[in-house]
Amino acid sequence: MKEATVLYDAPGPRARRRNRLLALLFAMAFAAAAGWVVWALGQKDQWAGQKWMPFLQGDIWTAQVIPGLIGTLKAAALAAVLALAFGIAFGIARLSTHQWIRLPAGAIVEFFRAIPLLLLIFFASYAPGVLTNFTWNPTALQAVVFGLTMYNGSVLAEVVRAGINAVPKGQSEAGYAIGLRKGQLMRLILVPQAITTMMPAIVSQLVVLLKDTALGTIIAYDNLTSKLSILQNLYTNAIPAAIVIACVYIPINLTLAWAATRLERRNRRRQITGTPAEP
Amino acid sequence: MRSLRMIAAGVAAVTTFGIALSACGGSSSVSVVDKAKNDKVLNIGVKPDQPGLGLQSSSGQYSGFDVDVARYVAKKLGATKINFVPTLSANREAFLQQGKVDMVVATYSVTPERQKVVSFAGPYYVAHQDILVRANDNSISKPDDLIGKKVCSGQGSASGDRIQELYGSKVNLIRLPGYGDCVNQLLGGQVQAVTTDNTILAGFAAQQQNQGKLKVAGTFFSNEIYGIGLKKGDSKGVAAVDKALQAMFNDDSWRAALSKELPQVPAETPPTIGKFDIPFR
Amino acid sequence: MINFVSSEGHLILLAFWMTLKVSALSAAGSLILGTVLAAMRVAPLSVLRAVGTLYVNILRNTPLTLVILFCGLGLGSIITIADLQTTNYFWLAVIGLVTYTSAFVCEVLRSGVNTVPLGQADAARSVGLTFTQTLRIVVLPQAFRAVIAPLGSVLIALIKNTTIAAAIGVPEAFYTMRNELQSHGDIVIPIFAGYALFFVVITLPVGLLFGWLAKRWPVAR
Repeated sequence: MKEATVLYDAPGPRARRRNRLLALLFAMAFAAAAGWVVWALGQKDQWAGQKWMPFLQGDIWTAQVIPGLIGTLKAAALAAVLALAFGIAFGIARLSTHQWIRLPAGAIVEFFRAIPLLLLIFFASYAPGVLTNFTWNPTALQAVVFGLTMYNGSVLAEVVRAGINAVPKGQSEAGYAIGLRKGQLMRLILVPQAITTMMPAIVSQLVVLLKDTALGTIIAYDNLTSKLSILQNLYTNAIPAAIVIACVYIPINLTLAWAATRLERRNRRRQITGTPAEP
Repeated sequence: MRSLRMIAAGVAAVTTFGIALSACGGSSSVSVVDKAKNDKVLNIGVKPDQPGLGLQSSSGQYSGFDVDVARYVAKKLGATKINFVPTLSANREAFLQQGKVDMVVATYSVTPERQKVVSFAGPYYVAHQDILVRANDNSISKPDDLIGKKVCSGQGSASGDRIQELYGSKVNLIRLPGYGDCVNQLLGGQVQAVTTDNTILAGFAAQQQNQGKLKVAGTFFSNEIYGIGLKKGDSKGVAAVDKALQAMFNDDSWRAALSKELPQVPAETPPTIGKFDIPFR
Repeated sequence: MINFVSSEGHLILLAFWMTLKVSALSAAGSLILGTVLAAMRVAPLSVLRAVGTLYVNILRNTPLTLVILFCGLGLGSIITIADLQTTNYFWLAVIGLVTYTSAFVCEVLRSGVNTVPLGQADAARSVGLTFTQTLRIVVLPQAFRAVIAPLGSVLIALIKNTTIAAAIGVPEAFYTMRNELQSHGDIVIPIFAGYALFFVVITLPVGLLFGWLAKRWPVAR
């Protein structure tokens, strides 16, 4: 039996019949649309075996897809660590009581969040070389990691700031009451508690970070998305290759997103059972 | 003091230093000649995505005219093993400066700007901008025929720039990231012509899946002078590579490689070693 | 540098205009498709819910670069939308951006729907409104008002994401900037600063506007 929800009643017999009919109609409509797409692709020869067969061979995976994936993961891992460090540093800086720390930190964070990530990555890969007459030529990896760090670090700075602010005020007051200074308060009491509440948001940002490594394709960084061009050159199979590449990204990101949801659920549970100690 | 903030500042400083160091950190300035003789291994930058010139197969093997030239030169320098490093146009100077590759054989056109930062050996080929069309399309045989047609070229390429300079909006031009993308559009009928170096076009035309479908118009409208890039200042390396290239011209392996990898390119005579300034007539 | 501005000024303005065009059309399309998807995900029919969930899970976990390359190089090789190629790829980029962003609009709206108090929908049902009527008249308007700020973030992200259209040859801001840098290597910093400033000038007001709207139309709880 279907239940009632906020938006609709539990269906009675007539509604059930109508729902079944509607379900059938919609299902047929979607199937027809999917069928038309399959047929249209077929007209343009996209189901030809030679476009899909290469993916059944092992060596395309070991020589192209896996190295591409490693490129993606390498940039993502480096950028994740650095972005987290940047985020914590600047998140705390934005909470400083000293204006000369708080305002510049705020300006930097707002700036990096306002400009497109692609611009940042391109700037990092191009400007140093031109400005130093080509004595300093960052690699594509360095440029991608720099851009990802600055942008995601700025987003994480806001997450950290919100997380630290969300720690109950009593904690800070108790810390000051026993004579802790601001830095000790942050380090010993606020940041550790804030991190556990921030974990879901941090992990979600990691999904964004992983996807944004694909921007490296535009500056010729060897990652999973850049393999699309290479595969197309070998087999003229842009559409099948794109589908296969997407099928590599999706499980990875779904896993990260699932981890984020698990962490959030665990946080919520912990808050409910967090009863104060007995006197 | 405020230890956490100091720690954060320290992390930031170390990180910046680390990034800067890894950027500036070049290799030792060892000539490619010595590297080949002592280590017997050379890292050579080649294109991975240009059929007929530098193409990485699905199993990771490299083939093409540039690859053949690289193999010949490396052997003559005394190296027994080559690590081919996939190098896209944007990376060529960076890889040489950082020592990631010892030399670059990747459709590297010699220009005055590049000569400021890279030392070139050769030239080993003089290519020309040309036009690729479908085999049964006879409407385009010279550059002016492109007016009013849909044309595709590469982003950031000199050939695309030239079309825009010469014809402006009279040519319906689109610039896609790679030539494989352009060729795909040509085969699908979305564009009528692809323009870039004739070598690149010939490579695509000769691909097995494109047999009989494409032809190179054979109308040249520039000189692209391919050289082998070496680290700036490696004059010993330039001399040794020049000697190897001259040997390749003399013993006919150059011509053999050309006809094997780029059959659609008309037979040419090898260029004069050391002469990079070849005006287009 | 003054020479640069006077000789290339009109090209730069055209590039900015292109960015704005792509942003506006993609925003409109994403809003519409995102609302439809959100409606599908809360519908009584499991077919609709399944398709909606599948769509969102695919698009939210695929990089936008891949989606746009797919539209430009994949779709673009089998369909033609316009004769002038830059226009053709403009529309392909818009399709890509709409496809991607609507998944995020859908999720934002869905969280908005969840914040609408049960009492509202109860009342709607008690006066006999059907599912679509409830959604259209009672729930969605309140859901929208509840998530104005997050929708603003999605819009800002969309405006910045239009730069990826450069990958398929659309002459918007990043594409033009890249060309200009290669031909004017002596004024690198001013060029970057100028384009960065353009985006700051666009995104900061949008953020402030949506923040103001969120405060102006608070949802009573």
